[in-house]
Amino acid sequence: MSSMAPTLHVVPPPTRQPVIESQVIGTLVFIVTEIMTFAGLISGLVIVKANHLGPWPPPDQPRLPIEATGFNTLVLLASGVALFQAWRAFKRKPLDAKKPFALAIGLGLFFVVFQGFEWVRLIGEGLTLTSGALGAFFYLIVGAHALHAVVAIVLLCVFYRRLTRLELKPGTFLGAQMFWYFVVGLWPILYVQVYL
Amino acid sequence: MAESVPAADVHAHDDHGHHEQSFASKYLFSTDHKMIAMQYMFTGMAMALIGGFFAYAFRMQLAFPGMDVPFWGQVSAAEYNALVTNHGTIMIFWVAMPVLIAAFGNYLIPLMCGCDDMVFPRLNRLSYQIFLLSAVVLIASFFVEGGAFGGAWTAYPPLSAKAEYSLTPLGSTIWVIAVALEFVAFLLGGINFVTTAMNSRAEGMGMYDIPVVIWMIVIASILFMASVGPLIAGAVMLVFDQTLGTNFFDPDRGGDPILWQHLFWFFGHPEVYVVLLPALGITADIMATFSRKKIFAYKTVLYTTFATGVLSFMVWAHHQFIAGVDPRMAHVFTITTLLISIPIAELCFVYIATLYKGSITLSTPMLWALAFLGEFLIGGVTGIFLGASGADVYFHDTYFVLAHFHYTFFPIAIIGTFAGVTYWFPKMFGRMMNETLGKIHFWGTVIPFNCIFIPLFFLGMGGQHRRIYNYENFPELAGQGMQDIRIFATVSLLVMLAFQVVFFINFIMSLRSGKKAPNNPWRANTLEWQTPSPPPHGNFGSEMPKVYRGPYEYGTPGREEDFWPQNAPS
Ligand code: HEM
Ligand SMILES: [Cu+2]
Repeated sequence: MSSMAPTLHVVPPPTRQPVIESQVIGTLVFIVTEIMTFAGLISGLVIVKANHLGPWPPPDQPRLPIEATGFNTLVLLASGVALFQAWRAFKRKPLDAKKPFALAIGLGLFFVVFQGFEWVRLIGEGLTLTSGALGAFFYLIVGAHALHAVVAIVLLCVFYRRLTRLELKPGTFLGAQMFWYFVVGLWPILYVQVYL
Repeated sequence: MAESVPAADVHAHDDHGHHEQSFASKYLFSTDHKMIAMQYMFTGMAMALIGGFFAYAFRMQLAFPGMDVPFWGQVSAAEYNALVTNHGTIMIFWVAMPVLIAAFGNYLIPLMCGCDDMVFPRLNRLSYQIFLLSAVVLIASFFVEGGAFGGAWTAYPPLSAKAEYSLTPLGSTIWVIAVALEFVAFLLGGINFVTTAMNSRAEGMGMYDIPVVIWMIVIASILFMASVGPLIAGAVMLVFDQTLGTNFFDPDRGGDPILWQHLFWFFGHPEVYVVLLPALGITADIMATFSRKKIFAYKTVLYTTFATGVLSFMVWAHHQFIAGVDPRMAHVFTITTLLISIPIAELCFVYIATLYKGSITLSTPMLWALAFLGEFLIGGVTGIFLGASGADVYFHDTYFVLAHFHYTFFPIAIIGTFAGVTYWFPKMFGRMMNETLGKIHFWGTVIPFNCIFIPLFFLGMGGQHRRIYNYENFPELAGQGMQDIRIFATVSLLVMLAFQVVFFINFIMSLRSGKKAPNNPWRANTLEWQTPSPPPHGNFGSEMPKVYRGPYEYGTPGREEDFWPQNAPS
């Protein structure tokens, strides 16, 4: 290091304390892309709906399970609330977060599995990717959301393990929350656009 | 990829500190931002050679229809389409993006912000690996059954959606997958750029002490990430249409082909600013250094850039004026398009004001920067003609459009890149480049460039449509006068390509035996010049820099030096 510029400062400066944790910024930036992706999917559906002649949803297609999915929506929202409770407990005493954290994961799993059963039933009734615009957009949009939910649940499980070992960092927890709230908060919008 | 974001909290500084690294861990699996920058740059240059070769092959076909093109052979109609399509795709997604954003972003952000590496180094490494994979996938599409995709870089359905139209059952799907992988790579990179510039700046470096080039790369990354979503959505639908038999874009079966155009151009127009901004940033820094002047109206540059970024999301339908857009909507988009030329024009004036009364050195990087300004101006001004929906009804899909966007993309991707490479070469490799060869290469590139594309404006105004592989089949376009212009443009291209050899000779010779570069050969203020050339692992040795002032304090009265490094205690 003898060739260092003479102008370099001599005392090592104190490390900078970021205003927002890096994990949170990274996740937020990623979520912006995600939101725009779903906006693209939804606007596709909206345009096709608007161009569609005749009533929507098309009467010759199977009816989407509006009530059951409404209930499932509430389950997913509850999962979001549970994760928030976990965060509040985490800030008091990390191990207190275990119960609400597990509850959040459980409710999320219930949501995904419940939807899986719905899909099996709908496919049985003849709603498929190729049965028309409704089926195509239904599986595309709901499927894209389900994919995010599954990835997020796997992540939450990983972080739950870290939590039980007291290795979970607040920044990571915050980033995970952002992502889960995104998955939870997006769903009601999709529900309104796709099902109703 | 979602999982990598929160999971990357363990900083991968595992290889910091110890210095005996194996070849693989140094060159293939490095998490060092400088190495990743080099990987991006050399991959981008290799892709530029491929893209340039494609241009050579199809331009030869246009000038001398049916000839046996040396190194390629007969260009069939299908091959012509594949060449044009992949030329455009490669130049935008595998040359402009990786070199301007990924290579310069990776190299400059940590160095100019005064930190040792990116915030998420392993994410960064993953970004390059996915990018390399995407390049391999794209090239592989040339060797599959049916050949590479030929439905233009805009991939409009139904042509791109159904194999019975495109005749490339595998090529078109591989093309979409390659582009999608490339987007994933840039998302990972962009997350890093934004986070690093926000959280890892040196002590004392405020928002307004960040060099313009860093601002521009960060804003470009944000634009990219905010605009790419709809295209990802569209790409998924397109792949479903191609492979699963859905009909998102098939009007006969309840779909809508125009939907793709909206999704594509909603991304496509911001994308032109995504590549423009880094080039603007590079030239801004070079102009300040070589005119020994503060950038005129630094804050205005930032605000203008923000305004451009916002506006760039509101102009996309100017690509669809004759695709059945409601004329009232066309008016709206005409107005927004004319509006967006205001901030861009303002930036041009700011740059000229920076030069005004400066003490200008016409070094090679400065020549490139000046050429960028002049040539881009032609591109921007012709864009205004196309933005007026009335004029565009005639101009759309002619060579006028083609010449317009080459007058924007070429200054950005080629001139801007050469400006950046010649400017930062001493820092990157610790050696000076040869100025004489640099200037020969400069003139040998810029003059033929104009000889290629100015004639194409006239061909376009004469009614020559794009995406036609042999004009002999169109009597009104096959006259000798028009053919002579085509030949002139092609010969100019050959001259320009030949002069690139000068660059490679200069590059390799300077790398091996160039004069040793001092820390700060251009006597510039920004932090990367205040550390050895090339910078050591960790960038600044044991003492991280502390910043006392903005990046452009040149010619401060009362100082004996005409520059004032950002980290020099007053
Ligand atoms: C920032 C640099 C710019 C780039 C890289 C760029 C790039 C492009 C590209 C690639 C196209 C062709 C699309 C196609 O394949 O059909 C295009 C067309 C167009 N550009 Fe630009 N452009 C730039 C600046 C501008 C400006 C400043 C304006 C207007 C003020 C403008 C207005 C247009 C219009 C209206 C078209 C559509 C023409 C048509 O398709 O008929 N562009 N531009
Ligand atoms: Cu545009």
